[in-house]
Amino acid sequence: MNRDAPLILGIETSCDETGVGIVRGTTLLANTIASSMEEHARYGGVVPEVAARAHLEALGPTIRTALAEASVSLDDIDAVAVTSGPGLAGALMVGVGAAKALALSLDVPIYAVNHLVGHVGADLLDTAAPLETPTVALLVSGGHTSLLLVRDLVSDVELLGETIDDAAGEAFDKVARLLGLPYPGGPEIDRAAIGGDPRAIRFPRGLTQSKDQAAHRYDFSFSGLKTAVARWVEQRQAAGEPVPLADVAASFREAVADVLVSKAVAACTELGVPRLLLGGGVVANARLRELATERADAAGIALRIPPLSLCTDNGAMIAALGAQLVMAGHPPSTLDFGADSTLPATEIQVAANAA
Amino acid sequence: MLLAIDTSTGTSVAVVDRDRASGELRCLAEASTDDTMRHAEVIGGFIRDALATAGIDRRALSGVAAGMGPGPFTGLRVGIAAAHAFALGIDRPFVPVVSHDAIALTRYTAGDAGPLQVVTDARRREFAVSDYDGLDADGMPLRVGGPVLVPRDEVPAARGIRFDASIVSAGAIGMLAELAFAAGRLPLTSDAPIYLRAPDVTPSAGKKVLR
Ligand SMILES: [Zn+2]
Repeated sequence: MNRDAPLILGIETSCDETGVGIVRGTTLLANTIASSMEEHARYGGVVPEVAARAHLEALGPTIRTALAEASVSLDDIDAVAVTSGPGLAGALMVGVGAAKALALSLDVPIYAVNHLVGHVGADLLDTAAPLETPTVALLVSGGHTSLLLVRDLVSDVELLGETIDDAAGEAFDKVARLLGLPYPGGPEIDRAAIGGDPRAIRFPRGLTQSKDQAAHRYDFSFSGLKTAVARWVEQRQAAGEPVPLADVAASFREAVADVLVSKAVAACTELGVPRLLLGGGVVANARLRELATERADAAGIALRIPPLSLCTDNGAMIAALGAQLVMAGHPPSTLDFGADSTLPATEIQVAANAA
Repeated sequence: MLLAIDTSTGTSVAVVDRDRASGELRCLAEASTDDTMRHAEVIGGFIRDALATAGIDRRALSGVAAGMGPGPFTGLRVGIAAAHAFALGIDRPFVPVVSHDAIALTRYTAGDAGPLQVVTDARRREFAVSDYDGLDADGMPLRVGGPVLVPRDEVPAARGIRFDASIVSAGAIGMLAELAFAAGRLPLTSDAPIYLRAPDVTPSAGKKVLR
């Protein structure tokens, strides 16, 4: 196998995006995504069985498209990488089953990797300025909200904190629903917030009070915020007053962005790490990016935000992490791993061969 | 020569071959478990082992056959996804087969005759049921009803033998595919999984990653 610049095909099926990416070393060749998001819209959230069915239908065509986009053939592939977790179990299993069989059919090794660490790996594909470590990484999507300290991408990742209830993207979806806005909630809240005053309503910032600092310094909580928005809207309606949608949306969004950025910047400052990386689909939120830029600048922290196509769930980030493992000389995974819906961020690679 | 995979009940992987001259079907290797919880974990090792036991190179395969169900969704998909990917990897056709047909073939080749009712567990207090009426001229089970979902205590009385299966032999899946190919009857069924049930539409409560 080419260990200097291995050609890796990555498969990602942890949520509602079927992602197939192809990289050569740190060079991105293809990043093909089929999303079942529209099928979930009428249910107001990702329906696991609908997502898993869509993965099975999409995977073959997505692999073919990625190969065509990369102008490579399957015979050229040096190794297959696949997300083992965390994510939706039934969805993950489609990718795991396919990846194992694909690796065997090509007689190449397989690398089973962590989805969250994959989000960090996505930043390696920015060849203009490669990822530097150590870095703090804030990964925010509809499925996860995690704060990581990455000392070394392939060998040393620490979980600083994560949400103890809803993921941030989920909070956007739920608040959008209670405001009568469609799914997915992120872009809808953004639209509704135009012209709104982010300081109009002081919604709570979860786990930021001093009593939470010991046990939950870098953890997040969004379910209280969602309840607060619901209560505020109900009280307005009960009083027969109009609900200022733009102000509610802007104030809610500000509360989410504020708590995410505050904790991420605090982690950088307190741990003496002058780098912050953003990842996950919620990075699409303009206010989050704006606030992160503002506060990182003020604190002298280098902020990195990969292009959005590499922030949302994708196969290229999984391929990129697989390539790093190969280049670092890590042995492949055995064939015995499964889907691990709660795989901890510290487990960068699953079932690494002892050999 | 075919690789065959079924995960509609447990997990089964086989390599089968049909002698062109004699028409004799042979199962060169088969790895199976009736464990219904570990499809994703075992599928890779079973494929590797079946190919090794059969002693053949993967490029000697002319296709990959897969049991399309009926079966509980999560496990069923693992085998279909694996079969699709393997077929893609060796650039050979994917051959979908109804899993119940393979159970019927196994029974008929073991000596059963006449009407046969095949029953598998569909979870949620339901069974998946298919009815057969012997083998046809090509030696393939003649399905006359199903597969359908039936509440467990409402399975209609079998006209002949009722057989409750807990494993589908991938060897039988492969043999059906070989028979159909020889008889010019491919495709046997569509390549859509046989779910027999609409998805539950409760959105995910979100992934709670616990430390
Ligand atoms: Zn993600």
